[in-house]
Amino acid sequence: MQTQWSNETLREIFPAIWDGFLVVLQVTLVAGVIAIVLGLFVAIGERNGPVWLRRPLGALFQFVRNTPLLVQVLIVWTATSLYINPEWSAFAVGSAVLGVHYASYTSESYRAGIDAIPKGQWEAATALNLPARRVWGAVVLPQMARRSAAAVGNWIIAMFKEVPTLFVIGVMEMIAEARAFQGQHYTGAVEGYTLAGLLFLAASYPVAVAMRRLEIRLAKSNY
Amino acid sequence: MQSPITDPSGAEPLIEFDRVDKSFGDLKVLDKLNFRVDPGERVTLIGPSGSGKTTILRLLMTLEKVTPTADPETEGGVIYVEGKPYSHMEKGGKLVPASERWLRQRRSRVGMVFQQFNLFPNMKVLRNVTEAQVHVAGRSKAEAEAKAGELLELVGLSEKADEYPARLSGGQQQRVAIARALAMDPDILLLDEVTSALDPELVADVLAVLRDVAETTSITMLCVTHEMGFARDVSNRVLMFDNGQIVEQGAPEAIFSEPQEARTQDFLRAVLAE
Repeated sequence: MQTQWSNETLREIFPAIWDGFLVVLQVTLVAGVIAIVLGLFVAIGERNGPVWLRRPLGALFQFVRNTPLLVQVLIVWTATSLYINPEWSAFAVGSAVLGVHYASYTSESYRAGIDAIPKGQWEAATALNLPARRVWGAVVLPQMARRSAAAVGNWIIAMFKEVPTLFVIGVMEMIAEARAFQGQHYTGAVEGYTLAGLLFLAASYPVAVAMRRLEIRLAKSNY
Repeated sequence: MQSPITDPSGAEPLIEFDRVDKSFGDLKVLDKLNFRVDPGERVTLIGPSGSGKTTILRLLMTLEKVTPTADPETEGGVIYVEGKPYSHMEKGGKLVPASERWLRQRRSRVGMVFQQFNLFPNMKVLRNVTEAQVHVAGRSKAEAEAKAGELLELVGLSEKADEYPARLSGGQQQRVAIARALAMDPDILLLDEVTSALDPELVADVLAVLRDVAETTSITMLCVTHEMGFARDVSNRVLMFDNGQIVEQGAPEAIFSEPQEARTQDFLRAVLAE
């Protein structure tokens, strides 16, 4: 087995790693939408949902938050392929688990954003007799969005970096591609992992900087 | 179910508290409070902090609920508005604590202005005044904007319609809040220490607007304030509160010039010395 760094191997492995990178982006997109949308519903449901829903929902997401992503991925993947539908792709199941896992974090950021809204806002909404839909849609969520945007953005970056966890169920992201390449050619692991690391850095660093800017801009805004 | 107190004059009170209790935990804020307000009356509530004045307004705005009594028919503990139960509703011929739906329907004739203004910071001034008109009163956007325009003119802020509240002074924000409350054509307007959070030089403008409203409308006003001059000018009646009960009440001239009760005398001496 070759152990020396090889630029030749780097060139050969690049297309495979790039394919893996595109898969990472796709997973991030799907899981990101789930994390952003589901997290919001969880935050609202835990706070203002029907009483019978609040505790089970809170408990479920407490559980999700406090168990490792890897374990969740393996459990759900095994369960779906054994008992539900073996046809479901690793991409779909993996993205869903990742999205739900991160919804458990984004919901906390949303909750903090909602809790930070002064009580007087709710009282003014009551005094004007606004219906619940408007209270949330026109008063609470716009104010929450400003407070939570940067935190939720940072969760999405963190989630992006955890996509490689899904290689255990065969999602062909960068690490899986590097391992597959190595399996065929008996070389390329170091180059492949390095490339994967660089691509992660290249993609997440600008987004992290943009999030930081967003945070500063929102802090200076009118509300 | 009619309110249990009959008026010798025959006129029906607009608001009536029948032996209303309100406790926060062990703290009793209102203790079997009875009082009534006639339509169009301007009532000022004065008294030391913690005496329950603000709680009365918050109960009327349904921001708080009365402490339930075991048998409202005989023990009271019920607020009536326009002769009909307000804090309670009738169910099977009995009075039971009001549902959210009932409260939503009943409180639509009541408006409130808060100490901290509570404008919606994410909406420009104009939309603060139109939001409920459109989404609660069901007016068209044009109609709501026309009404908002009139009211912003009344409070002297026409040129600020397109600003966010954060760009306004406290006094201006409070005037917008008054316009926002008036836009819903309330029968009852609750004013909760509306000048307490303002710098002294901004108080006069807000009070001028409220004097204007008092002179030009027949809205029933309940006002918690430490502005004794305003209370004297605007109100028909002053209620002195202490420990959740009315200590003394009467026309402003009588209360301010010749208070009968020692507690009222002490309170006024303390407030006027400020």
